[in-house]
Amino acid sequence: MKSTRAKDSFKRGLVAVAAAFTLMAGTAIAAEPIKIGSFLSVTGGAAFLGDPEQKTLELYVEKINAGGGVLGRKLELVAYDSAGDAEKARTFVKRLIEQDKVDVIVGGSTTGETMAVVPLVEAAQVPFISLAGAVVIVEPVKKWVFKTPHTDRMACEKIFIDMQSRKLSKIALISGPGGFDKSMRGQCLGVAKKYGVDVIADETYGKGDTDMTAQLTKIKNTAGVQAVLNAGFGEGPAIVTKNYRQIGISVPLYQSHGVASKEFIKLAGAAAEGVRLPAAALLVAESLPASDPQRPVVVAYKKEYESRFKSEVSTFGGHAYDGLYLVVEAMKKAGGTDKAKVRDALEGVRGFMGTAGVFNMSAGDHMGLDLSAFRMLEVKGGDWTLVK
Amino acid sequence: MSAQFMQYLLTGLTVGAIYALVALGFSIIFNASHVINFAQGEFVMIGGMTTVTLTAAGLPYLLAIPLAIAAAALVGLALEKFAVEPARGASVITLIIITIGASIFLRGLAMVIWDKRFHALKPFTGDTPIAIGGATVLPQSLWVIGVTLAIVLALSWFFGRTLLGKAMLATSHNRLAAQLVGINVRMVLFLSFGLSAALGAVAGILIAPITTTSYDVGVMLGLKGFASAILGGLGSGVGAVVGGLVLGIAETMSAGYISSAYKDAIAFVIILAVLFFMPSGLFGKRGSERV
Repeated sequence: MKSTRAKDSFKRGLVAVAAAFTLMAGTAIAAEPIKIGSFLSVTGGAAFLGDPEQKTLELYVEKINAGGGVLGRKLELVAYDSAGDAEKARTFVKRLIEQDKVDVIVGGSTTGETMAVVPLVEAAQVPFISLAGAVVIVEPVKKWVFKTPHTDRMACEKIFIDMQSRKLSKIALISGPGGFDKSMRGQCLGVAKKYGVDVIADETYGKGDTDMTAQLTKIKNTAGVQAVLNAGFGEGPAIVTKNYRQIGISVPLYQSHGVASKEFIKLAGAAAEGVRLPAAALLVAESLPASDPQRPVVVAYKKEYESRFKSEVSTFGGHAYDGLYLVVEAMKKAGGTDKAKVRDALEGVRGFMGTAGVFNMSAGDHMGLDLSAFRMLEVKGGDWTLVK
Repeated sequence: MSAQFMQYLLTGLTVGAIYALVALGFSIIFNASHVINFAQGEFVMIGGMTTVTLTAAGLPYLLAIPLAIAAAALVGLALEKFAVEPARGASVITLIIITIGASIFLRGLAMVIWDKRFHALKPFTGDTPIAIGGATVLPQSLWVIGVTLAIVLALSWFFGRTLLGKAMLATSHNRLAAQLVGINVRMVLFLSFGLSAALGAVAGILIAPITTTSYDVGVMLGLKGFASAILGGLGSGVGAVVGGLVLGIAETMSAGYISSAYKDAIAFVIILAVLFFMPSGLFGKRGSERV
């Protein structure tokens, strides 16, 4: 906790120094920097989201500035650590809007934090690109709010389509305690009928639970289960996967995009073999066919991120990349940082290739991704492979 | 049906054994000082995370585990020396608040020293499930149950047969009287922190191959361990073990037979019911021997 505060004050210090320099330079610098505000869960339970997101934003703001900035103006990132806390998120967004006077906000690692600040950005009329997953962020459409990650409903649909192709129609659901888990469970239950999937068992586990064999035994003893779907993220799905193999359930196991990172395979070990999950193309960047239009974007991002931070790329960082470049794209199109014009430009984005897929925004769709953005992956030999 | 019951029972025993180890740590410090050490969960985390780091550096388990336990014990001793002892004259409540502060501090420190990711440890002896009466259990679960049993036996020998153990027991019964007969109660308090930190670390290492570990794994385990200690009766060694096992088994049974959504609620309802009829827990303060 202490370090975060130190980091914050250090950052504030930097901003102050930067401001001082700008003042000294006076009118010599005609163009003020474009201020991009951000609040991310860099620490706390959702740190695995916020950490790569922050790193990605810092990396690419630096890169864009090195290349001359946007419209001849430098970008300036003002980022706060909201630590997964909706209350903190509100405070920081207020500060971003009122004190920092940012031009646009890219942030919000979790759905809870995002939803908490929606009223603020709507009232202040600042374009806001959320990096959180749930459908509720863009449905119903909110004038100033956009988002870059796939929704949990799309993940459910992708999984159910795959199940259909394998002729699996009676499934069991096991989900965790977090907002993501609950939301995905609800969405899956909601669209299951549409794909002829029958959910015949519905189990949950709690925060910090160390063993899920009880729930899985119950599923194992439910007659007719043809597949199991685990909606969750964090360490829970890894434990579920291990327990699943331990008690010898033989039907296919599906995980969600919430655990779409190498870490999941590392944690679950050999038990992860054969697990399927929907994920962005980023995870299998190198094995995408050369003809895939998404390949250049994801390969470039992966290389850039991994060579800089010496750690495995995750889709979460990719969402931040998409958010930042959508903003840049919109500002270029709007020819400035006028908030209303940028918002309109964002809504008009068509065919923009990001790490998550092709974005086709419209007045009725503030995410703009379709199911083709998801690839069905299977763990084979300790790595992700594309399911044909 | 019986295979199902067996599965729930074995799972409950594994989970319960870990709760018991954490609960024992609570009881030992409570006996020496009447302080509830809320940093107990952090010792669990330090044990697991240190072992992860040491094995990643290439050390074999035989070396890494003792070192990790020693590291946690050192942290425990340091906590007593630099945070609890300077506040010697303060009230118990103040000391408890100090331990809460220490737990937040340790968690923050761990976040900086290590990272915010989850880490997995390799199981001690393979990953092949063993079938027992129609249920399956991981070899690591047997390690958890076996080591907990060994520790309980070792502790009862320690408190029943050694001078130091008897001194700790005497201090828990009557601090002033113990001091009068020449027991160094400050030393007892000092050592009790080291001992319960070591116990916590053992729990953290045993459970890491099953559940993975991370900088904040101690929060929930600490809470469950605390609940077990309360259920069994704070300060009672037998109580801590029984409390842990009851909580673990109650959790898995209710997840299996009733509803996984309410399993924590059911476990806590049991605790409330027990405390309603026996306010000092199952084994607390009834003239029985305290560890």
